[in-house]
Amino acid sequence: MSTIANKILTDNLKTRTLKNKAFKSLVVALSVITILPIILIIYKLIAKGIKQISFDFILKTPPDTFEAMTALTNGETIPGGIANGITGTLLMVILASVIAIPVGVVTGIYLYENPGKFLANLIRNVSDILQGVPSIVLGLIAYMWIVKPVTNGFSALAGSVSLSIMMLPMIVRSTEETLKMIPQTIKEAALALGVPYYKVIIRVLIPTSFSGLLTGILLGISRVLGETAPLMLTALGSTIINFNVSKPTSAIPLLIWEFYNDPNMVDLIWSSSLLLMAMVLTLNIMSKRIAARTK
Amino acid sequence: MNNFSIKIKDPVLSIRNLSVSYDKGKYAVDNVTADIKRNSVTAIMGPSGCGKSTLLRAINRMHELYENIETKGDIILNGNDISDMPTIKLRRMAGMVFQHPNPFPTMSIYDNVIAGYKLNGIRLKKKLRDEIVERSLTDVTLWDEVKDTLYKKGSFLSGGQQQRLCIARALAFNPEVILLDEPTSALDPVATSKIEDLLVKLKENYSILMVTHNMSQAARISDYSMFMYLGELVEYGKTKDMFTKPKDRRTEEYLTGKFG
Repeated sequence: MSTIANKILTDNLKTRTLKNKAFKSLVVALSVITILPIILIIYKLIAKGIKQISFDFILKTPPDTFEAMTALTNGETIPGGIANGITGTLLMVILASVIAIPVGVVTGIYLYENPGKFLANLIRNVSDILQGVPSIVLGLIAYMWIVKPVTNGFSALAGSVSLSIMMLPMIVRSTEETLKMIPQTIKEAALALGVPYYKVIIRVLIPTSFSGLLTGILLGISRVLGETAPLMLTALGSTIINFNVSKPTSAIPLLIWEFYNDPNMVDLIWSSSLLLMAMVLTLNIMSKRIAARTK
Repeated sequence: MNNFSIKIKDPVLSIRNLSVSYDKGKYAVDNVTADIKRNSVTAIMGPSGCGKSTLLRAINRMHELYENIETKGDIILNGNDISDMPTIKLRRMAGMVFQHPNPFPTMSIYDNVIAGYKLNGIRLKKKLRDEIVERSLTDVTLWDEVKDTLYKKGSFLSGGQQQRLCIARALAFNPEVILLDEPTSALDPVATSKIEDLLVKLKENYSILMVTHNMSQAARISDYSMFMYLGELVEYGKTKDMFTKPKDRRTEEYLTGKFG
């Protein structure tokens, strides 16, 4: 080969390596931008919120404006906590799960068992659409269905119903996808032992896909944990700890909104957000762990 | 009609004019008639898509899982017409082993062996359960390898061990006939030869019907062989005769590697 041709080749190689490096750096830089917000959010929440976190914060209800103002002028931390929000959130999320999990799992099984049927396709599409419905609209619906006719006023039940409608499509989809991942051979093994179909589903398919189902459920819960809009129209909020599902109830995101509207309570916004963020992250990491363990 | 005339006394299984179609008019199994000998290994050979798996699955009615299936003819298992039997009873009498080892991933080795009882809600005394597990695992020569890890998950075993576990699961019901659908095609040669030795040993107590892709395997372990082509049972006879002097031209061509 001539030396000129050789030179062209090596030059070409050099520019190519250079371009390659530039592109790689760009990819890395853009990826860092993606994770930057979450790092900044967590940093900010910890920096501003950690000083309010104490046992009182979990065990007591919020102070009134006057107490908060006094504490602020004296340079102390704001007394009280968000116990009503924590219990309200737990109450409504648990109730929503009790509604959404059985319905979602059974629907998911139906979709998996009848992939091509008209009804199954309809359900699949509708549940996809449901996932895109704005949460405030779901709040309105729950207001129409529960608040007015059933509980005769704002209630935890109405809040749970709106949250469960939000969870439902996630659980349906994750159930169907998880079941699809089970090898057909496992199903055949059970059927070849003469096991009736419903028992194959209950005793073989569900246990085998259990961790996948759990992952979907945890993600669904973590999604509704921070929902505010539907709760404003349904659960409304409450200054006391309430376990009565037919009464107005507070929730952590509702409290954050209330604190936002009161200049004396601003510090509580950060600590409440920190707690909410910690709950969501824990659920997310748990679901990732469970999903990774089964792969 | 067929190129064979084989008389089998007191067959464990009689297949009479069996036709199976998935699609109207298209037969995956076309008018097959054969008797299967007790306490022997019978191999079903043939190229892909010749209907050998469908024939096997028709025997424990696993083929009914597909939609639009149409079955004609009779299968008599030990004197009973299988179409009258509840599938749970039939599938206890005709145990099945699949191509890919498929132990239940959530169950221990112990539970896998008695899965047939457990999943069907048949309660057994612990002593009887232990007996069944030990006998079945001993039968498949797995007992010594797993007796200390009985309560570990079956999915930790090697592929060959898993397949033997699956055979043990079928044996736990003490079946009349064991149906194997290419049981070694997903296994390495060492595991394959272990399974083959096992099948030869098992025929003392069980009747074995096996689909295989592997001609030399059929030659090694089977007593009788069937050759199927396009849903038709082309030839059926003693393995020794079939491999030395096949009667049908298509059998000969298949065995000499001209197609398949």
